[in-house]
Amino acid sequence: MIDLYLSLHPVAQGVLKGLAVIMVIFPIGGICSMAERKVSAWIQGRPGPNRAIVPWVSWIPVIGPFLQRLGLFHVLADGGKMLFKEDALPGHVNKFYFVLAPVVAMMPALTTVTTVPFGAYLDAAGRVVPLGLANVDIGLIAVFAVGSLGVYSLILAGWASNSKYPFLGGVRASAQLISYELSLTMSVLPVFLWINAPGTPGTMSLARAVEFQSLPGFWGGMWFAFLMPVSALVFLIALFAETNRHPFDMAEGESDLVGGFHTEYGAFKWGLFFVAEYAHMLIGSGVFTLLFLGGWNPLPWVPLATLVGWLAPLHPLLSHPLFVGLLSIGIFLGKVIALIFFFMWVRWTVPRFRYDQVMEIGWRKLLPLSVANLVFYAAAIAVIQTR
Amino acid sequence: MAVVPLERKPLTFAERTYLPQIAEGLRTTWRHLVRPKTTLEYPEQRPAVPPGYRGVPTLVKDPNGREKCVSCQLCEFVCPPKAIRITPGGIAEDAPHAHVEKAPREFEIDMLRCIYCGMCQEVCPEEAIWLQSQYSMTGYSREEMVNNKARLYELGGTLPDEHFKWDRKKAAEESGGGHH
Repeated sequence: MIDLYLSLHPVAQGVLKGLAVIMVIFPIGGICSMAERKVSAWIQGRPGPNRAIVPWVSWIPVIGPFLQRLGLFHVLADGGKMLFKEDALPGHVNKFYFVLAPVVAMMPALTTVTTVPFGAYLDAAGRVVPLGLANVDIGLIAVFAVGSLGVYSLILAGWASNSKYPFLGGVRASAQLISYELSLTMSVLPVFLWINAPGTPGTMSLARAVEFQSLPGFWGGMWFAFLMPVSALVFLIALFAETNRHPFDMAEGESDLVGGFHTEYGAFKWGLFFVAEYAHMLIGSGVFTLLFLGGWNPLPWVPLATLVGWLAPLHPLLSHPLFVGLLSIGIFLGKVIALIFFFMWVRWTVPRFRYDQVMEIGWRKLLPLSVANLVFYAAAIAVIQTR
Repeated sequence: MAVVPLERKPLTFAERTYLPQIAEGLRTTWRHLVRPKTTLEYPEQRPAVPPGYRGVPTLVKDPNGREKCVSCQLCEFVCPPKAIRITPGGIAEDAPHAHVEKAPREFEIDMLRCIYCGMCQEVCPEEAIWLQSQYSMTGYSREEMVNNKARLYELGGTLPDEHFKWDRKKAAEESGGGHH
């Protein structure tokens, strides 16, 4: 099967890979929405959704009821409901842009995946080869450039809805996203200053960032979250704001804006916004994992290659590239899902900021902090790397 | 009243970063996450009904199987939403409790109107109508939601009697006394 795949035209290979990734992202998006409901419920002392079940699964003795309690089939029920609902189009909207907005929301969310590596395997020579749709040198810049297009969907939705609250939501969302993008970008610069030492070929590749966290030695094996904690913190906070998550949930503050920019949306168009939000969360968490949490390295100071070195003597299959690839994807996805859980956890911990507080934090706290952080690390890296 | 001046301490640097507070908050929400859930999962688990609960109004019989209602219609008059409708009737001459003289021929409580106020129970001189522990009343049509006499007695069953008022009245009459 692998030979058949390798004999295909590169474009066909790319399409297959892309489809495979989308086939993973969509269900994870759906499961995240379910997990959100479950985690919310648990934190509030409720069991959460636990009713939906497919008959032939409920016949399985222990596993069936367990899956039902877990609410797994509510994912199907929710998605099906979204598909079959009447897709109402309000009479007062600008129809073309109204329909366009959810599509524009999905596009950057799915496009950014291409440059995010999600795993690695060891080739015959024992080198770590990153797995991804496109391991390009512009890596992170592509993510930021395409990811920031997501704000257009919010503006479009808010404006095309032709009604008060969606418009306010769209304006708030765009101001917030633009404000926090600055600190987001500033906060990752130290990482790439460190990676692009003088005399080495320059790169913004995310896989390279992971490689730098897999080096031998105390400083080499350290994750960037420990090496640059302020960068990681600012990036994380800005990520919350960028993905419109609590406590920066300005764009859809239901207490003051009904539903924010998607007030006028329903059925599948609303569902697209929803999936796009989770896809943004997934990509954002993925980038955070790659930059600061060691990517597919299982533990700090224990890179993937070392783990494979431990596993290889146990069974020959354990060092097969396919197994190593799946293992690394598993480790990476585990970290991403843990981060997404953190997003949900924070949602029920920190109350929503007021809008002036959001602007205050963004412009007067995070931006100076990230600039100071950049200056500090630039000086430190200049001293260390030119020595 | 004594005035207690409180010293307002300026916030420390750690407090002004807001991060220790968030960490503490995360700890609190985590405790709630792992704590046993408090939801009562209704159709499978039923709540314990406390004594004195005002559920669906019912008609009851005394331990001898006599229907206690004498169709005085006080409950019908007092009922604020006019949910009760009584058709009074007599008792057959040869019945064991013929001396009670009256009993309802038909007794209907419209549960779509009933507001569970319990005034019917409070006003009843015979302790014949009781709001008991049934809290869920459902039906597919408006007709189904009207409880007739048979249904009311089925719901009510028999309650213990402290007085046996009519038995004592009969005994007093037979022994020649006036009031008991």
